[in-house]
Amino acid sequence: MTAAVVPMEYGLALAGILFVLGLVGVLVRRNIVFILLSIEIMLNAAGLAFVVAGSRWGQPDGQVMFIFILTMAAAEVAVGLALVLQLAQRFHTLDMDAASKMRG
Amino acid sequence: MNLVFYVSAAIAVLSTALAISRVNAVHALLYLIVSLLSVALIFFVIGAPFIATLEVIIYAGAIMVVFVFVVMMLNLGEQAAEQERRWLSPGIWFGPSILALILIGELVYILGLGGFETSASESIGPKQIGIALFGPYVLAVELASILLLAGLIGAYRLGRRESVAAAPRGEGT
Repeated sequence: MTAAVVPMEYGLALAGILFVLGLVGVLVRRNIVFILLSIEIMLNAAGLAFVVAGSRWGQPDGQVMFIFILTMAAAEVAVGLALVLQLAQRFHTLDMDAASKMRG
Repeated sequence: MNLVFYVSAAIAVLSTALAISRVNAVHALLYLIVSLLSVALIFFVIGAPFIATLEVIIYAGAIMVVFVFVVMMLNLGEQAAEQERRWLSPGIWFGPSILALILIGELVYILGLGGFETSASESIGPKQIGIALFGPYVLAVELASILLLAGLIGAYRLGRRESVAAAPRGEGT
């Protein structure tokens, strides 16, 4: 397979574009489900950057880091979605601004 | 191979932009799954087939399924019926289906190219990743297991119903 014919800069540029799209999602949306989803996009873009950089030099370290990012994303989404359920039970809405007060 | 990368990258950017701009959460999840699949194809092209497999199984499989379950659990009863009716209209599935079809066309194109005797210097398989993971990174693996345990306990604690959680210690959480 003719791997590594794609220049590393293009892969990193794609990772940057995806990260910025996720960041825009976090900043623009107020629905907590969409915010979590945008965080997943950003984590995935960071992992893409790691794998692209790792494959540029033919080392497995980038892919190892992607596995750690995957682990962290799984733990984060478990806790985050549990928080979504709590928010929906307490406030009967998915609006993030409903939970802007840190009290009880 | 370059062409596959460019088409996959275009699909990834397009479907991600569509995912963060949808009104309905399930539609956004569909586009996000397409985006993750296209990123998996990019991983495959740049010589990381094991990571591409993990991306499909864990990201597009497990994590997105959890998202879909939670979105369905949050669905309020009375408007669920007509929402379901709107979801079943063919127009909703059109966009993700077209993008996924392009992706599977690319996959068939790669498989048709043949020549999968990958030279070890270019494509990094699971063996090298495993050696690296349990060699210099073994401490990080232990930390990742602790992180997963913390996530499990946190999700169990936070995910309980309010009546059960509030009984022993007042407000809870």
